[in-house]
Amino acid sequence: MDALPDFQLLRPASLGDVLKARTEYPDARLLGGGTDLMVNIRRGIVAPTALIDMKNVTELRAIKADAKGIEVGASVTLTELAEHPEVGKYYPVVAQAAAHIAGPTHRNMGTVGGNICLDTRCIYYNQSEWWRSANNHCLKTTGTICHVAPKSRGVCFATFSGDLAPAFLTLGAEVDIIGAAGLRTVPLNSIYIGFARQDTPVTETFGDGKYYLSLRPGEFVTAVRAKNISGLRSAYDKIRIRRSIEYPVAGVAVALRREGDNLVDLRVAFTGTNPRPVLLTGTERLCGRTFDERALKGLEELVRDQVMSMKTTFTPGHYRRRVAGVLARRLVTRLFNS
Amino acid sequence: MAKILDITLNGRKRADAVPNNLLLLDYLREVVGLTGTKTGCDGGECGACTVLIDDRPALSCLTLAASVQGHRVDTVESLGRGGHLSAVQRGFHEKLGSQCGYCTPGFIMASVGLLRRNPNPSDTEILDALGSNICRCTGYVKIIEAVKHAAQLQAAGVAP
Ligand SMILES: Cc1cc2nc3c(=O)[nH]c(=O)nc-3n(C[C@H](O)[C@H](O)[C@H](O)COP(=O)(O)OP(=O)(O)OC[C@H]3O[C@@H](n4cnc5c(N)ncnc54)[C@H](O)[C@@H]3O)c2cc1C
Ligand code: SF4
Ligand code: FES
Ligand code: FES
Repeated sequence: MDALPDFQLLRPASLGDVLKARTEYPDARLLGGGTDLMVNIRRGIVAPTALIDMKNVTELRAIKADAKGIEVGASVTLTELAEHPEVGKYYPVVAQAAAHIAGPTHRNMGTVGGNICLDTRCIYYNQSEWWRSANNHCLKTTGTICHVAPKSRGVCFATFSGDLAPAFLTLGAEVDIIGAAGLRTVPLNSIYIGFARQDTPVTETFGDGKYYLSLRPGEFVTAVRAKNISGLRSAYDKIRIRRSIEYPVAGVAVALRREGDNLVDLRVAFTGTNPRPVLLTGTERLCGRTFDERALKGLEELVRDQVMSMKTTFTPGHYRRRVAGVLARRLVTRLFNS
Repeated sequence: MAKILDITLNGRKRADAVPNNLLLLDYLREVVGLTGTKTGCDGGECGACTVLIDDRPALSCLTLAASVQGHRVDTVESLGRGGHLSAVQRGFHEKLGSQCGYCTPGFIMASVGLLRRNPNPSDTEILDALGSNICRCTGYVKIIEAVKHAAQLQAAGVAP
């Protein structure tokens, strides 16, 4: 039995108490189901001095979903989200993404807040303490170089792998973020700043695999919300090394509208590929006509330009990009013809 | 830093002082002395540590003991009373769902969780429900048969 580093544990029952705990322990980390954070604590990757257990915060435990919109509290579990009848009926992409996360026991534990804010992953990072120290650590922790791209100038390419983000991105979702300064509501896309650009320094809006969220110190996510768009067809699919329990090699969410023979709206978002979930830009160029070979080619080009090909996982980077493109093509074709 | 933990463990109420950083897995094995629950990995990948929290399968290796305050926890030791195996235990025994046995307590608890929600699961439902558990020996076919057999034993009232 290896003891974990000691920490204070707070178990607030209301949002007010969470905020109080945050002021009292400014360095505290939020603990959802712990299916990501506890692993990292056990592996000595992080050592928070205080944890705030979010599971009992009543205000954050609700799902509201109907023909008008969907709103999910941060402490809702993935099982609750995946099994919610209205979510499955009106927002299939969300229910399918939730049902594809980890395995069933993990989904009983894992929360929506933890999934939206999931730490980025890399084969040089998600390892035991001795493995990482034998390898002299890396930029994302205490090391000085990136083993994936040793020539990178201080940039980390660790991959965002949460499955809910791409699903909600295709719905144009927004998130509620609360902190000492109050509540702000921002587009979900804007909290993901893992652009990993070699030519721009890390700022509040441009980050990398290490600084992948735009949340300010002390801030946290309380809810994610989207409006229903009538006629939108949506679905989620992903490829993983083991089908029953694994992070995505690549995951893709697609939402589209078809009028007559024409594609009139197309949203495609990926996870498991870049340090941020990627909502493809430029898809409007594929709309306004039928979805044919030419459109497929156009989609392929967008994927090639926007999906990263760094080798942060077991599979070669270019394989992951190919897989992402193939998954997207299959899903768009299926939804267009359904 | 410690807390008093009040839980209902295998049907019995108890209270222990637990440090904040004690995992439920280590609480069960080292504090209570129930070693049926196994440690198979260093982080949520194998399911050997599966227990039920309020009837739902959970990984005790990623759960803090102090966070199950006020909840019901059931381990593999809760099954089988008075020298008689429970339906799921009998299923695994009679259909050879266990070889080296290391993964078995985890598989059994995930299966018990499934049968409490769904007493008559299909093959796919069994596969889905056991997706968080890994077995190096059996090849899973025998495990699926074991769970189906357990469901029949339960339905026939032969074993609880
Ligand atoms: C074997 C295995 C396989 C997995 N496979 C997948 C997979 O396929 N897809 C996938 O997406 N995930 C996967 N996961 C990861 C995980 O189970 C899920 O992402 C889960 O949703 C994480 O939620 P949690 O509540 O457990 O997060 P936690 O571990 O509790 O927290 C994760 C991070 O989010 C922060 N956080 C928690 N709540 C909030 C909040 N409200 N606001 C801001 N920050 C917050 C925490 O501080 C922490 O940094 C897997 C995990 C394991 C162990
Ligand atoms: S991408 Fe580089 S810096 Fe980032 S976690 Fe991997 S090895 Fe470390
Ligand atoms: S010990 Fe492997 S999942 Fe808990
Ligand atoms: S019986 Fe040996 S690991 Fe499953």
